[in-house]
Amino acid sequence: MTEILRMTKLKIEGFSDEQWVPIVKGVDVRLDKGEVLGLIGESGAGKSTIGLASMAYTRMGCRITGDSIVFDGMELFGADEEFLRKIRGTRIAYVAQSAAGSFNPAHRLIKQYAEAPVQHGIMNFDEAEKKAVDIYRRLLLPDPERIGYRYPHQVSGGQLQRAMVAMAMACTPDIIIFDEPTTALDVTTQIEVLAAIKKITREFNTAALYITHDLAVVAQIADRIMVLRYGELVEENNAREIIASPKEEYTRALLSVRTLTEHKDLSESEKDIILDVRDVSASYSGKQTDLVLEDINLKIRRGRTVALVGESGSGKSTLARVITGLLPPLKGEVIYEGKALPPALKNRTREMLRLAQMIYQMPDTALNPRHKVRMVIGRPLAFYFGMRGQERDNRVYELLEQIELPRKYIDRYPNELSGGEKQRVCIARSLAAKPDLIICDEPTSALDQLVAEGILKLLQELQNELRVSYLFITHDLATVKAISDEMVVMLKGRIVEQGVKKDVLAPPHHEYTELLLSSVPEMDPDWLDNVLEERKRKGIKMQEFVQS
Amino acid sequence: MSGLRGLVIRRILMGLVTMFVISLLIFVGVEALPGDLATAILGQEATPETVAAFRKELKLDLPPHVRYIAWLGDFMKGDLGTSLANKRPVAELISWRFANTIFLAASAAVLAVPLSILLGILAALYRNSLFDKTISMVTLSTISFPEFFVAYILIALLSVQLIIFPSISNINDQMSFAQKIYSIVLPCLTLTLVVMAHMMRQTRAAIINILASPFIEMARLKGIKRMRVIVLHAFPNALSPVINVVAINLAYLIVGVVIVEVVFVYPGLGQLLVDSVSKRDIPVVQASGLIFAAVYVSLNLLADVASILTNPRMRNPK
Repeated sequence: MTEILRMTKLKIEGFSDEQWVPIVKGVDVRLDKGEVLGLIGESGAGKSTIGLASMAYTRMGCRITGDSIVFDGMELFGADEEFLRKIRGTRIAYVAQSAAGSFNPAHRLIKQYAEAPVQHGIMNFDEAEKKAVDIYRRLLLPDPERIGYRYPHQVSGGQLQRAMVAMAMACTPDIIIFDEPTTALDVTTQIEVLAAIKKITREFNTAALYITHDLAVVAQIADRIMVLRYGELVEENNAREIIASPKEEYTRALLSVRTLTEHKDLSESEKDIILDVRDVSASYSGKQTDLVLEDINLKIRRGRTVALVGESGSGKSTLARVITGLLPPLKGEVIYEGKALPPALKNRTREMLRLAQMIYQMPDTALNPRHKVRMVIGRPLAFYFGMRGQERDNRVYELLEQIELPRKYIDRYPNELSGGEKQRVCIARSLAAKPDLIICDEPTSALDQLVAEGILKLLQELQNELRVSYLFITHDLATVKAISDEMVVMLKGRIVEQGVKKDVLAPPHHEYTELLLSSVPEMDPDWLDNVLEERKRKGIKMQEFVQS
Repeated sequence: MSGLRGLVIRRILMGLVTMFVISLLIFVGVEALPGDLATAILGQEATPETVAAFRKELKLDLPPHVRYIAWLGDFMKGDLGTSLANKRPVAELISWRFANTIFLAASAAVLAVPLSILLGILAALYRNSLFDKTISMVTLSTISFPEFFVAYILIALLSVQLIIFPSISNINDQMSFAQKIYSIVLPCLTLTLVVMAHMMRQTRAAIINILASPFIEMARLKGIKRMRVIVLHAFPNALSPVINVVAINLAYLIVGVVIVEVVFVYPGLGQLLVDSVSKRDIPVVQASGLIFAAVYVSLNLLADVASILTNPRMRNPK
């Protein structure tokens, strides 16, 4: 194998709080021709920064300070901007996390595809277009001759991501940097994009740096894996070995499969039902013709966790809005302990509002940055129970203890807390109302894996202690397996399957549940090939379910 | 496309409603002017009989709402009424002056709009450089001075000291196009200096805002040249705010020229408006006011429609 890229003692600094602090602390990266190297780690590990550094590019406020970046015998560190510009896009290309954000909304796909080859003088537009059609076809994009003439908003998320892979291929580069290319996608779409990436890099013998936080994903693609943490290398080995026998504790922690549920009495008793959603249909336009929810029936029992699973656009969050009263349904009702709640929020009493609380996906935006923790947690205490002064502070201390944060945090502002700590404060805020039900809308999907695990564990303990119920909205099936008692699977605004988790997870499945479950990447490096093989054999077409 | 057409029609209807409200405001405003019109025109010595006869002739004895409806009805039919000062039809008085105002405003726009957008793009391209800071400072200073001050400074420099351009911009039909342009150089320059800062800074800010988008990073990682990134990737997406600020400034060029026209004794609508207010020539004041309002409303309407059209999602629905 011949070497195409070698970064030696790569050091990168970022400017924060008026000084330069190291982000990447002397990492050695070697990449051979045609090899796929996986870079994995949690946020702050420096993996994206390293990926971009292979093109000698840094984001605003960062700088590379050493030691060398040698690409195909040429030193890129300290090279002049014009020299680097000629390499970028032609010999090293980049695929970003969000295709929706990385395509210019004002231009057609083909124009953006052809820009690099035409501007670098490699081919003219017609040649570029001909090649684009070939690559679109290889990536199994529908209607490859004409899809290029669409605008980015006219194709689906998974198609757009593949179109970006095609764009990176335009000049047949030696290396492609894949920066979390499937993280923003639903599982069923992720599998298509993964397959496309694997196929195209093999066919063109392209080397790649594949950056992700998901070990199971990288296991499908990478020949070799580097585990990074805090800008330093934790462990490096070939993919199969690192998964079969990780050497470092940190790698083992990333690999561990989450199981948190304990055995509970899951009998279908009627008296424990706290919330009953009956025949609910809803739409945002108020018209029967574009229903977002259709005939939803759902029961939540005391002390249980009901996981609401489905892809983006399936109506999960809309259901939460109906339950909380933010969106009055067109039809049906929400019954709390035998009594129907008024459909609209403004008609509900304070006591009714107290019963259901919410935890949001983004703790950053869910907390007022100008309120201290005392205020954040104290407000519901004052609002619902009229507490003030020392009494209120004492209760805030109790809640801080429950969420395992030190007492001194009461005087902190949200920006003085980490992501996980912020989410804990959000949990305390919802607990302050002493609710019967907490609706958790993707509470862990913005958090790093290990932090997310801590949050799930906390939620579990609180449930055991307080007998609170959770309606847990998520698209992450691993989380569902870890925490839920019951599962509800949604597709296009309808419930396709529901019941006790054990039953839903055990075959036979509804075909959509089957598709969903089989799309969740497993640590086995052969998983992707096996699944694709099996789907081909069974003749399963994903398009029937995946929304465009 | 029906969504787009519906949107445009809705905007046009809104514009019409706005115009109606403005016509009401103008009428009420003129009505509220202190003093009696008849006395003001006929003089203090007029006998009560002449005043009464005059009021009857002008239908001033009728209640206001009847007069308003009659005025608006005539206006819609294209009859702008007759001037009180010299008994000539208002339309005849206004039309050539309005054409002159448009001529001056258009000349200023042709100079100011491309120049400020170009400077805005360059300032964004060389952000925080000496060039950027200089441009910022110069345009900010010119916008900070009142128009008449800028106008007099220009007169002092270019027509008194250097004697290049005339300080009085009187144009007439006998002049050739080139002569006309030559005589309006100074008012044109004044207007340009006054409106440029706003447009240039908005262009710069809109582009810099877009430069933080992931698709700009993507373009740079494709090895695209900086200038092309800004012109082809950033600018088309920054169009909407730029169009809006351009429209506001174009409207200002037409509506706000009063002072500049007076300073340079330019025979435009602003000049006529000022004269007519002092002469209490109500029909002329009302007509000019309504024309100015129509210009303002229709330019903003155009800007709205144009910025809807720059959105590829609106132009090319799924």
